[in-house]
Amino acid sequence: MRETEAVLAAKHAIEICNACRYCEGYCAVFPAMELQRDFTLADMGYLANLCHNCNGCYHACQFAPPHEYGINLPKHFAEVRLESYAQFAWPQPLARAFERNGVVVAAVMALAITFVLLAVTLLVTPDVVFRPHLGPGAFYAVVSWGAMASVAGATLLFSIAALSVGAIRFWCATRSELTGPVTWRAVRRAATDIVTLRYLGGAGEGCNDADASFSLARRHAHHALAGGFALCFAATSVATVFDHFLGWVAPYGWFSLPVVLGTLGGISMITGCAGLMRVKLITDPAPVSRRVLGGDWALLALLLAAAVTGLGVLALRETSAMGVVMALHLGVILALFVLLPYGKFVHGVYRGAALLKAAVERDRHRPVA
Amino acid sequence: MIVRDDEPGHNGVMSEIVYDVAVIGGGNAALCAAITAREAGCSVIVLEHAPKAMRGGNSRHTRNLRAMHDAPTSVLTEAYLEDEYWDDLLRVTGGQTDEALARMTIRESQRVIPWMLGHGVRFQPSLTGTLNLSRTNAFFLGGGKALVNAYYLAAARLGIAIRYDSEVLSIDLDDGFARSVTVRSGGADTMIRARTFVASAGGFQANMDMLRASWGEAADNFLIRGTPYAQGTVLNSLLAQGVEAIGDASQFHAVAIDARAPKFDGGIVTRLDCIPFSIVVNRNAQRFYDEGEDVWPKRYAIWGRLVAQQPGQIAWSVFDAKCRALFMPSVYPAYRADTIEGLATQIGLDSAALRQTVDNYNAAVRPGSFNTQVLDDCATEGLAPPKTHWAQRIDTPPYYSYPHRPGITFTYLGVKVDAQARVIMQDGRPAANLFASGEIMAGSILGRGYLAGFGMTIGTVFGRLAGQGAARHARN
Repeated sequence: MRETEAVLAAKHAIEICNACRYCEGYCAVFPAMELQRDFTLADMGYLANLCHNCNGCYHACQFAPPHEYGINLPKHFAEVRLESYAQFAWPQPLARAFERNGVVVAAVMALAITFVLLAVTLLVTPDVVFRPHLGPGAFYAVVSWGAMASVAGATLLFSIAALSVGAIRFWCATRSELTGPVTWRAVRRAATDIVTLRYLGGAGEGCNDADASFSLARRHAHHALAGGFALCFAATSVATVFDHFLGWVAPYGWFSLPVVLGTLGGISMITGCAGLMRVKLITDPAPVSRRVLGGDWALLALLLAAAVTGLGVLALRETSAMGVVMALHLGVILALFVLLPYGKFVHGVYRGAALLKAAVERDRHRPVA
Repeated sequence: MIVRDDEPGHNGVMSEIVYDVAVIGGGNAALCAAITAREAGCSVIVLEHAPKAMRGGNSRHTRNLRAMHDAPTSVLTEAYLEDEYWDDLLRVTGGQTDEALARMTIRESQRVIPWMLGHGVRFQPSLTGTLNLSRTNAFFLGGGKALVNAYYLAAARLGIAIRYDSEVLSIDLDDGFARSVTVRSGGADTMIRARTFVASAGGFQANMDMLRASWGEAADNFLIRGTPYAQGTVLNSLLAQGVEAIGDASQFHAVAIDARAPKFDGGIVTRLDCIPFSIVVNRNAQRFYDEGEDVWPKRYAIWGRLVAQQPGQIAWSVFDAKCRALFMPSVYPAYRADTIEGLATQIGLDSAALRQTVDNYNAAVRPGSFNTQVLDDCATEGLAPPKTHWAQRIDTPPYYSYPHRPGITFTYLGVKVDAQARVIMQDGRPAANLFASGEIMAGSILGRGYLAGFGMTIGTVFGRLAGQGAARHARN
């Protein structure tokens, strides 16, 4: 990590934390910290991404402000995480997207929607866009399957490549003499930690949001959002198989597998977004960095828009509004795919990598002293 | 004129509300008493000297509680029975305890953890943790401040009135009967009335005038590890009104902490565990005690006093690269130099004198097999004072040094209580409606020394007793 104010503040704090260790029961950060005595700037990138921002350590800290040590790990780490996203981003010129991420996401979303709407209006006669379509191939009357699949596929592949390069850069930059070969045991442990969101749990009790009381609201909302996202992805995949390999052309009935998956997924995503937004609104602002809020809200807004417009297509698919709503939905999805490596979504990749590194190191080393 | 107690008052103004129970203090013992009394149906007010952000007295710096148990629990391993617990206490206090009170406390300690869990306190699972104390001590998840937070949330939920920034100047006693407390808040003094009172306002370790009375100018060089609000005001008020004192006013528990620590509230991170692997010199660069006399958990508590007795109340540990990783890291970096002379210059000692002390020590070190886990055979020969274990030559640069000053944890002087947490008057009778819990009465059981996690045990057990007793009295 570069020697920025945030990274130095985090390093100073973690050196005090390592002399205290009262918080070791909360999450993976403290056991990982205890394996070391001297910390590098790169270690801050690793520990910051291991932090799940549950705020437990802030509310429990006897050295939190107004104490002169002023320890505020969730805030320091949120800023270091943001800097790490930019530092490991690929290609580097696009790392600037993290500087004012809220604005960037909003702009990309607007551009993507405009692009799809323009493309639709230019390529298809208005008469076709604004007419109800029924029966097999109704959607493709507005946007052809080939156009949909090629634009979405190409952006998604590029984004996955960019995310992978970021993950590799993160791994190489934070690897230390403690990190050994990745074992299956460590992979299993990290996968469990990711899927269960173990550390949005503060030893099973949950996060500290509004105050020092524990709540599982954030964990449940994140499960709903991530699970809903997965269901929607599954719906799209099943529909692709139906359409492309079985020759069953969309739209599908209300109780068909893609529609059921997509409906449940969409509702789940909306519930999750609403839950996470609520947590953001009630959270004690003291351990929150304002620098990260734009990106946080932008990703939630993007995912919410994806779910709402997706359900909108379903609800309005037999009306004359379908064409426009579908263009909106495709615009949002395009923005989401484009922004995957250049917004808050990357937290999943780096946190996953950090959890894997922690699992590897925990198996090989004992706490110092 | 009468004003409501939640409005700004004027000097000497009497509050309109008469609470069933007024609890003085805002740490673990105070909150245990307040919650217990409230759950027994009483109206309760808590008067905390500190502002909200610094609430909780010394409890905010604690980490665990020592609890008797006859079988493994979710938070404790194996078993820890009454007799072993009592033996441990007897050993550290050298007999300066009250067996009946102590055994009662120990027995009650087996009932406190379920109660704590029921009021929101969370513990670390028993098999994790850096300190190997999981058999005898239950560790609070997040430490003492998290525990204090849990109790304040429970208190708010139960409808206990909580006043921060409210310093109790006196408990007004009338022949063993407490009538009111005088509270200073926002520059104005108010009297608050209640049917019963619980004094849980801690010791006097942050009162520099009181420390000076026993230790003279040396006291100015003492650091206070915990809360600056432990001023002993309530303790003094009670002792001046015929309450029986217990414990030696000149005694305190102190460890040798980093001299660069803040005057107050440096807490756990300022402790230094390097002494067994170092030599320790005073400002004349002379050694003054056997650094390797016994394992550190049995010796850390004597070093506060040892340093307090040195000129300027300061000492310097000196060790070399071989030893740097043998102890827990601490908050301030060690001074470091490639030569002993360079190190002496950095820390402001006479170079030749330190060189001489290190040379004398190195020459006296006898070969042995160094082992930090046992009382090993690495000792000096013909050196005064000797270093009897873990003595290795200081010969591998870079060389390191930490400055040490006495850091006071708590004081022993307190009010005498009985097994129902009632405060005892000088004539031997219990006060009618005055109870005490926590550090203000801990001297009744812990007259000397310290047993890790026992302060929180006393506070929790006596807090609950005081709350029960106060509620019983208030209802009659």
